[in-house]
Amino acid sequence: MTLRPRPRPGSRPRTARGLLAALAALVLTVTACGDATRPGAGGGSGSGGDLTVFAAASLTDVFTTIGRDFEAATPGVRVTFNFAGSSALATQIDQGAPADVLASAAPEPMRTVTDAGNADGSPTVFARNQLVIAVPEGNPRGVTGLADLTAPGMKVALCAAQVPCGTAARSVLDAAGVHLTPVTLEQDVRSALAKVRLGEVDAALVYRTDVRAADAEVDGVGFPESSGAVNDYPIVVLRNAPNLTAARAFVAYVATGPGRAALAAAGFQVP
Amino acid sequence: MRRVETTTRPVRRSGRTGRVPVALLAPAVLGLLFLVLPLAGLLARTPWNTLPQRLTAPGVLTALRLSVQTATLATLLCLVLGVPLAWLLARVEFPGRRLVRALVTVPLVLPPVVGGVALLLVFGRRGVVGGWLDATFGITLPFTTAGVVLAEAFVAMPFLVVAVEGALRSADVRYEEAAATLGAGRWTTFTHVTLPLVGPGIAAGAVLCWARALGEFGATITFAGNFPGRTQTMPLAVYLALETDPQAAIVLSLVLLAVSVAILASLRDRWVGT
Repeated sequence: MTLRPRPRPGSRPRTARGLLAALAALVLTVTACGDATRPGAGGGSGSGGDLTVFAAASLTDVFTTIGRDFEAATPGVRVTFNFAGSSALATQIDQGAPADVLASAAPEPMRTVTDAGNADGSPTVFARNQLVIAVPEGNPRGVTGLADLTAPGMKVALCAAQVPCGTAARSVLDAAGVHLTPVTLEQDVRSALAKVRLGEVDAALVYRTDVRAADAEVDGVGFPESSGAVNDYPIVVLRNAPNLTAARAFVAYVATGPGRAALAAAGFQVP
Repeated sequence: MRRVETTTRPVRRSGRTGRVPVALLAPAVLGLLFLVLPLAGLLARTPWNTLPQRLTAPGVLTALRLSVQTATLATLLCLVLGVPLAWLLARVEFPGRRLVRALVTVPLVLPPVVGGVALLLVFGRRGVVGGWLDATFGITLPFTTAGVVLAEAFVAMPFLVVAVEGALRSADVRYEEAAATLGAGRWTTFTHVTLPLVGPGIAAGAVLCWARALGEFGATITFAGNFPGRTQTMPLAVYLALETDPQAAIVLSLVLLAVSVAILASLRDRWVGT
């Protein structure tokens, strides 16, 4: 690279003091931000303050609703969600992300967190979910079961094997003896669904609840093999939770409290 | 491969003597640390004892080969389209040139995932261009290797255009004017005078463009999806490995890092000078 600043006549180099002051200001701003954004900082006692919930992508809609209801029922608490693939969330927590609660879409990512000693107590299964075939509104290709997905010219999106919906998809396809080559292995269930909504694929294996969340654009086709791969959703309070009180209250709200009704309404099976 | 020497290369300025001001040295060292420390962290956490097995794991070489191939093809595409575009911006007066110049840099500020969605809306099956391609030729771009090249080119081309335009604007136009007075047309002037003149700038831009394409993630996974051997480039493989096996992700990152540094270092010495 050739970067040659042209010396400008008459322009003097800025003083060292000015630069250092700017640098100091920058450092101060950064450290101040760090303090303010730490969850629970200045939250005080009781169950008030900020609550950070890491939740699986398939919980995006229902947890957003539950979070709002929980905030209304617990004055002073502000719930922040981080929705992503369960395994990514587990990795973030094991790397020290400051979270209070983890809700995973399968037991395996949860196990990496409990095995690493990052959970406070043992996880509770609060919901179950099943796969369906998501097809564009009106089912233009007339899909009735897994076998139709191998039709010539059929473009199918699956989740990658590294995330729960991908593991479940693999096991139902194997159980059904269907040899399917997808066009893409998406990084989480909502990305797979998005490919159907955008019309780029003809079908995707997603959870029943995802189809319900995208009701207007997508239809769900159930298939008998899906009962062989039911996903358990565990939830747990994390050991280093910055806001332990609110975290326990939230888990109780979801697993045994009013959250159950919201989960059922979203299409989850509630144990 | 021959380095193009031109007489316009200015004599190096001799501002090298005297004490290095602290006000420059301190932030420079901090900046260097900031850039290098994450790489050191990667090296520190590398599982060296299982490295050979992990490197020969199925899929690693496939993803690496796909990454290098698509980044190279994307760079070629950017050269074919980007150099003329840079020339147009630098040498031709036309109304709205400032607007066009701003538009060219849009992919630089656009989050790559948004770029991927935008590409889907145009080149996807239901897109304006994509729908026509599908109906007329039966070609679909999403979920294909060509789609990866397209996504990478979209994100990387501004780097090339900006570098080449900068080189063109700082090049001495008198050579081109001399060629014109001797009867050369604009095309001849471009190929025989302008191109050799800004050769190093084009090479630098191509290297930047290639590096950006190699690391591309967001637009690729959104537009081209993820399938091993077809659209799964190294950054996608790293992201998915991170979901279940962070150590594998570190190894993959290391491989990508080593290959890109090796290629960039060799290109830099050969073409760009120092």
